[in-house]
Amino acid sequence: MPMTMAEQILARASGRARVTPDEVVVARVDLAMSHENADLVRKAFFEIGVDKVWDPDRIVIIFDHRIPAESERTAATHKAVREFVAAQGIRAFYDVGRGGICHQVLAERGHVSPGMVVVGTDSHTTTHGAFGAFATGIGATEMAGVWAEGELWFKVPSTLRIEVEGALGPFVSAKDLILYIIGQLGSDGADYRAVEFDGSAVRTMTVASRMTLANLSMEMGAKAAFTPVDQTLIEFLEQRVRGPIDVVTPDSGAHYERVIHINAGSELTEPQVACPHSVDNVRPVSTLEDIEVHQAVLGSCTNGRLEDFKVAAGILAGQRVHPRVRLLAIPASQQVYLDAMREGYLTTLVEAGAIINPPGCGPCVGVHQGILSAGENCISTTNRNFIGRMGSKDSNVYLASPAVVAASAIAGHIANPARVAEEVFV
Amino acid sequence: MSSILKGRIAPVLPDNIDTDIIYPGRYLNITDREKTTEHLFELAYPELRARIQPGDILVAGRNFGCGSSREQAAAAVKFAGLSAVIASSFARIFYRNAINLGLPLMVSPETVARAAEGDELEIDPARGVVHNRTRNESYTAAPLDPRAIELIEAGGLVPYLKRKHAKQPEQLAHV
Ligand code: SF4
Repeated sequence: MPMTMAEQILARASGRARVTPDEVVVARVDLAMSHENADLVRKAFFEIGVDKVWDPDRIVIIFDHRIPAESERTAATHKAVREFVAAQGIRAFYDVGRGGICHQVLAERGHVSPGMVVVGTDSHTTTHGAFGAFATGIGATEMAGVWAEGELWFKVPSTLRIEVEGALGPFVSAKDLILYIIGQLGSDGADYRAVEFDGSAVRTMTVASRMTLANLSMEMGAKAAFTPVDQTLIEFLEQRVRGPIDVVTPDSGAHYERVIHINAGSELTEPQVACPHSVDNVRPVSTLEDIEVHQAVLGSCTNGRLEDFKVAAGILAGQRVHPRVRLLAIPASQQVYLDAMREGYLTTLVEAGAIINPPGCGPCVGVHQGILSAGENCISTTNRNFIGRMGSKDSNVYLASPAVVAASAIAGHIANPARVAEEVFV
Repeated sequence: MSSILKGRIAPVLPDNIDTDIIYPGRYLNITDREKTTEHLFELAYPELRARIQPGDILVAGRNFGCGSSREQAAAAVKFAGLSAVIASSFARIFYRNAINLGLPLMVSPETVARAAEGDELEIDPARGVVHNRTRNESYTAAPLDPRAIELIEAGGLVPYLKRKHAKQPEQLAHV
């Protein structure tokens, strides 16, 4: 019986020869990731009445949401988690200044490889489907159960297959593609389902761009999302993962709930923007060019990687950020920070008028480092534009690619990078 | 669940109520579950919290709880005293979080379509039946999975696991 990626991985993790959608299985967990909410998990864990986690080597904890601590309350939760990590012998702990955004750090440090079952107390854990893992977000109490028992029940999801052929045009990126798809399918279009991306447009993408696809799949409700386990990925993993790499690919003839075909060349002719206040409210950038911008954000687990900094620096080189705009650039990790520094991208951004925030989630979740006031508009490479996500309930967040964010920062309004490149605004 | 839940419908909410609406991200460093309820719906519906009475049932449209994995969203709903949430559909992480905290959820587009604030409901999660006593109408709902009912009856995943782990030494003693 041919199986999809999700079916194969869940079958193996639950010790079965085969599984089918809607079946409930208990699967062993290979990796359990938490960020600051490890403090919530820790509390629930002790309430269960267990003293020791099932396997300290399968738990990874990364501080990213509020670093450095922005309040005494956060400082106290950080401290409690540090003490817990030490007491439990959890070695994969990335404290302030050691890591960056959890999803980026898991990827860079080779924690994830194909075939694994990964759970994280963060909804964008779907990102790790870019490494061929069944990776999904869970809540803190459920994670406490995983820490105690090392397993979790899953309903086997049915799978949507999305095949994207053709080449992405200039200034059209993985971010534009996934926003376009979310716009088509809706914010619950992949609810409870797994998604498999494939096709020439996906296979020619960098691993960083594939992470963007898998990351944003969450915003259409996906339980897990996969991009191909191919030579590009294997080369990326060989530099990071210890031990053999299991090449997991979907069986030919596997059953898909639906197969969606997209021709990137003809359907996606320009960058896309998700307008307030939902990620599926997607429009082509050229229809939004009269919207004033007050803050521009480059960063997050979606688009805070070296290639994103490269694109932004390419557009901002020799330009000035518009006087109305604050441009915030946040490398996704210490590693991205160092690499972007060495490549000169940070110099270019700072010369253009950007401020560099420390590697972490920064203003993405609206707790610090760039809160919006009522009446302000923000163009951001992050992944959510819900009411009040980045500050006032009367502020507006527009989600876009690094190229659109950089072009808009220069123009002072939402702008098409293709036109900025033609020096229309200069 | 053998028991039938009774409650009054609290305000009826629209589609796509996301986790930032339910519980703003700025309060994520509050890790006492009971305290989370102070910030329920704070940004988008600041007046709503005051209209919720203990025992009320929250009714909402499609995709309730979409967005973040933050468990505080489900905790804030539960500790506001809401006895259940009925929606046309739920986002999956919110669904699991609620069950794990012992908060019953039901999927019933029919109930939602006919619901008005103040209506009195009787719900039977195991059988998947909702009766609107105010309108004297009955609707079908997806019955809750037996596994979910077991967790809710235990009061959530923590008490469930607590009982399970407490039993183990005893069992060993009998071997
Ligand atoms: S960058 Fe934003 S979306 Fe990504 S993990 Fe941090 S808060 Fe969540």
